[in-house]
Amino acid sequence: MVRTHCPYCALQCGTRLEASPSGGVTVLPDEEFPVNAGRLCVKGWTAPGVLTAADRLTAPLIRPRPGAARQPASWAAALDHVGRELRKITAASGPDAVAVFGGGGLTNEKAYTLGKFARVALGTSQVDYNGRFCMSSAAAAGSAAFGVDRGLPFPVTDLAQAEVVLLAGANVAETMPPLMRHLEGADLIVVDPRRSATAEHAALHLSPAPGTDLALALGLLHTAVADGHLDREYLDRRTHGFDETWRCAAEWWPERVERVTGVPVADQRAAVRLLASARRRYLLTGRGAEQHSKGTDTVSAYINLALALGLPGRAGSGYGCLTGQGNGQGGREHGQKADQLPGYRKITDPAARAHVARVWGVDPDALPGPGPSGYELLDSLGRPGGPRALLVFGSNPVVSAPAARRIADRLASLDLLVVADFVPSETVELADVVLPVTQWAEEDGTMTNLEGRVLRRRRALDPPPGVRSDLWVLRELAVRLGQPPERFPDDPRTVFAELRRASAGGPADYSGIDFDALDTPAHWPSRAEGESTPRLFLDRFAHDDGRARFRPVTHRDAAELPDADYPLYATTGRVLAQYQSGAQTRRVPELTAGAGEAFVEVHPDTAGRFGLADGGLARVVSRRGGTVARVRTVASLRTDTVFLPFHFPDAGRANLITNPALDPVSRMPEFKVCAARLEPLEEPPAETGGGPS
Amino acid sequence: MSRIVIVGNGPAGYRLAQLLGARAPESDITVLGEEREPAYNRVLLTDVVAGRLAAERTHLTPLDRAGVRVRTGVAAVGIDRHRRVVRAADGSLHPYDHLVLATGARSFLPPVSGLVGADGALAPRAVAVRTLADGRRLERLLREGGRAVVLGGGVLGVEIARALTERDCKVDVVHRGPHVMDGQLGPDAGRVLSSVLERFGIRVLAGRTATAWTGDRLELDDGTELPADLLVVSAGAVPEVELARRAGLRVGRGIVVDAYLCTEDPRIRALGDCAEVEGRVSGLVAPAWEQAEVLAEVLAGVLAEAPAGGDLAGKVPAGGGGRGYAGTPALTRLKARDVDLVVLGEGDREVPGSEVVTVADAARGRYARMSVRGDRIVGAVLLGFPGCVAAVSQLFDAAAPVPADRIALLVGAGAVDGTADPAALPGQAVVCRCNNVTKNDLVAAWRAGARERSALVRATRATTGCGGCGDAVADLCRWLGAADGEARPEPMRPALAR
Repeated sequence: MVRTHCPYCALQCGTRLEASPSGGVTVLPDEEFPVNAGRLCVKGWTAPGVLTAADRLTAPLIRPRPGAARQPASWAAALDHVGRELRKITAASGPDAVAVFGGGGLTNEKAYTLGKFARVALGTSQVDYNGRFCMSSAAAAGSAAFGVDRGLPFPVTDLAQAEVVLLAGANVAETMPPLMRHLEGADLIVVDPRRSATAEHAALHLSPAPGTDLALALGLLHTAVADGHLDREYLDRRTHGFDETWRCAAEWWPERVERVTGVPVADQRAAVRLLASARRRYLLTGRGAEQHSKGTDTVSAYINLALALGLPGRAGSGYGCLTGQGNGQGGREHGQKADQLPGYRKITDPAARAHVARVWGVDPDALPGPGPSGYELLDSLGRPGGPRALLVFGSNPVVSAPAARRIADRLASLDLLVVADFVPSETVELADVVLPVTQWAEEDGTMTNLEGRVLRRRRALDPPPGVRSDLWVLRELAVRLGQPPERFPDDPRTVFAELRRASAGGPADYSGIDFDALDTPAHWPSRAEGESTPRLFLDRFAHDDGRARFRPVTHRDAAELPDADYPLYATTGRVLAQYQSGAQTRRVPELTAGAGEAFVEVHPDTAGRFGLADGGLARVVSRRGGTVARVRTVASLRTDTVFLPFHFPDAGRANLITNPALDPVSRMPEFKVCAARLEPLEEPPAETGGGPS
Repeated sequence: MSRIVIVGNGPAGYRLAQLLGARAPESDITVLGEEREPAYNRVLLTDVVAGRLAAERTHLTPLDRAGVRVRTGVAAVGIDRHRRVVRAADGSLHPYDHLVLATGARSFLPPVSGLVGADGALAPRAVAVRTLADGRRLERLLREGGRAVVLGGGVLGVEIARALTERDCKVDVVHRGPHVMDGQLGPDAGRVLSSVLERFGIRVLAGRTATAWTGDRLELDDGTELPADLLVVSAGAVPEVELARRAGLRVGRGIVVDAYLCTEDPRIRALGDCAEVEGRVSGLVAPAWEQAEVLAEVLAGVLAEAPAGGDLAGKVPAGGGGRGYAGTPALTRLKARDVDLVVLGEGDREVPGSEVVTVADAARGRYARMSVRGDRIVGAVLLGFPGCVAAVSQLFDAAAPVPADRIALLVGAGAVDGTADPAALPGQAVVCRCNNVTKNDLVAAWRAGARERSALVRATRATTGCGGCGDAVADLCRWLGAADGEARPEPMRPALAR
């Protein structure tokens, strides 16, 4: 029996794996791991299915020349080929002609090594990752307010004592079901344009029009102040900048907020009353608040509300962001992000560069500066002056990036696309070189979950023959790029030891964490051997003067609003049985049985207006293109809004229609709102009709 | 560098200056505000009256960082259109390439004996509610639990009356028209509103005019005398057009401008409460803000076409190539705590060719009337329907089709009962969403030997996700136990749960 963690979301539910006689493993939820304490959602239960996926990648593939079919190759041949091509491209066009795209599901060791590989072995500034599409807005707002960004600055289990929890754009009943057990005792205020599974559990459901969450947050702050719930003592003692922030919120009185958001004045007041009536209360944000061209400001507006009520840094209360991807937290701390070095350091900070360069044994001046953000990086591929080669680890941007057709075109325009993955994802399908790598139960390493707790991922079975670890791949490539092999160890324990030194003194300090003692809770920062910090900010915030910062923000419209041609809001999200781009979960029959096909939720009236019927096919069209989805009529939906999950491939990609308008601070794309219309579609003749309802 | 002078630091002038600071950063923008206060949010005056916000809390973000020069306490008194200079009361001169009049409106003071002194100032213990200075004066005069008379039962009068009751004042509203808010409401809705106000301690005296204010009581035309510590005048507003009139600009009810907010002088524009835009004077903040958006875009366009001075006439289109102001959907939302009232479009007036949806319970202060034509809302009055005001307003603003179930729009769909009798649950019904476990799955597991809750959980994984189905599984377990294995999976029926 091996204790490890589920491969999917940021809860990182504890699991116990047993090798099964048939070759795979069976999984049981870990009763002793406090985050899930014996619970597991259907994705976790069925995760072993990905290990034995029928189309598992087990041999490297090379496209010998452009346009040719890919052929299996030996590892040596594949790595030599990639090394040679990369050297050629770098020599001709400079180090920034090679780009790297990582993922929030990679272990800390992989994320760390990937960033180091980019900066040292490639010397490129062109590195970013899919967390840009996930966590970046909350990270920017959290850092600005508190001086450090740790999704939950308290253990998940603290939520169990809460009396009131406001969930802004977080559908946890669907996306992280085991978290619900910690929310059972609380009155939930759920902010979501849809009556989501989580909203069904709510004491109060606020349903703003897509793209108006910021106005709602400003309105809640306004009402909190006007109704006398400001915690003045806390403001004076622990914060800066309330007055300026209030002057922005002063323009968002309840009746104006009602007209803009569609949330009744009475409900705004009820929400504030609920929050104010409790002693133990939390505000939590999710992607619904964050994935906007104003996501950072929206999160800041919720943090402002939390600060005005005196919640952050108080035992039993607080603000937190519900990180999404498995290692969404650790993945944003250790240097695969365009502007970062390990330990959540800024790549523009000379002291940070000096420290990390020392650990890496290189000259600080040799480290590149900050590069473009995720979408900007992908959108520059193959363009004049843009990268000509891309290495992808742990990501499937063909499905997960906004304006997906445009990004697929960019990928196709590259001289060289190298993808390391364990299944043939849609991005793998475009790759010139495919490198088959290990997955969760086949590898050791660490992950950092949504509460900043560092966890051990443990190997329970041998990977299939022909499969190598990402660390091994990076080492072998580095050697082919002229690096000494000892600079790129492929043993996770050794890499973690180096990561500890690289992160020492940084905001996300892992220096005191012991790889072999991770069954004991280890929340960063850990500056001394064995130190764990389950709760941040109880005495002070991480800014130099120990105070939190209000950030004055005001509402602005979404980048694209409905009009005569595209009269509906389209919003995207997730369903319970699928995970992210679906590359893993779509390979598990048990998961695709109920949710195997792209669908669009439409109000019955709206369906009627566009000539659609429940169960029929529709094309959902925006200015970026169209996607094909099966219609599900949902009477609780707003008549002006349609919803599409983004897990599905090919013509069913929701991201074919999404708007790549970027947040000016976090560079987060606007996944959550664009203007769209619906068109009925004939059932393709091959289909036998009916379909799932 | 083009010089833009904005006369008026109210909502329209402030918003325009804010937008121009961002859109025409290379221009030199000056705002002249007659009041000494920095810019503030006039809408929040009722909150000041109600004691919820200190007067200073209505102040807005200073615009100096946006590159805008704001001169408060400086009243514009003259315009030399030939030399393009604004003259202020303090003797200062403000040359302009473009002048924007955002002079707003002032309170209308009805002819009531004793209301206005010889110096033109309001009598002691009488106050209008227009400026923040008025608000501060009202604060000083206000006595918690005192008696107040509100003269004028329009939108503002009703809001102020309700705010005063939040200070435990006894309030009489004297209104000349047949019922309060007769400009917006028909008699039925007006009657319901009066009864709602009464519940908050507000007495409405309609159909009467005030004749004299003695300092401690108001005398009405029917002989009634209303003792009061405080008289609040809210008898309407008059567009402030004197500056424009003296400059020889065309003035009707307001300063006459076209859809590009332009007067007949291409160098002078006007917006907000002082402006008569294509024949309409608004008096609400939403149109003023929309006009500011339009004007900022227009001026940025004009500046791009003609960055320097010189004669504009005939050279640059008044719109600068931008869109004109097309009007703002007429929507009046009462800002009074626990009095949820919105009037939109044609209100409760008959609209030819429309279908009418009504729901009313006058005894409990609820009245809804909605006119729908071509599936679009053309008018509505909603009083005492706090849950639907937002949805109806948004449908109206967007001119979006109304849901087929009109009544559900007004009163909300009936709640779906989440609890289900295990016996009545269809076999295909999903009990555990997280693990996609149906009643049939649980029954099958029972029959295969899982005879208690923990065994059912092990066999089916039900309850192991969010745990929300814990009670349902326990109920099923008890039901199965009671039936002692008699239960059979039901025949296939459409699933109720998603």
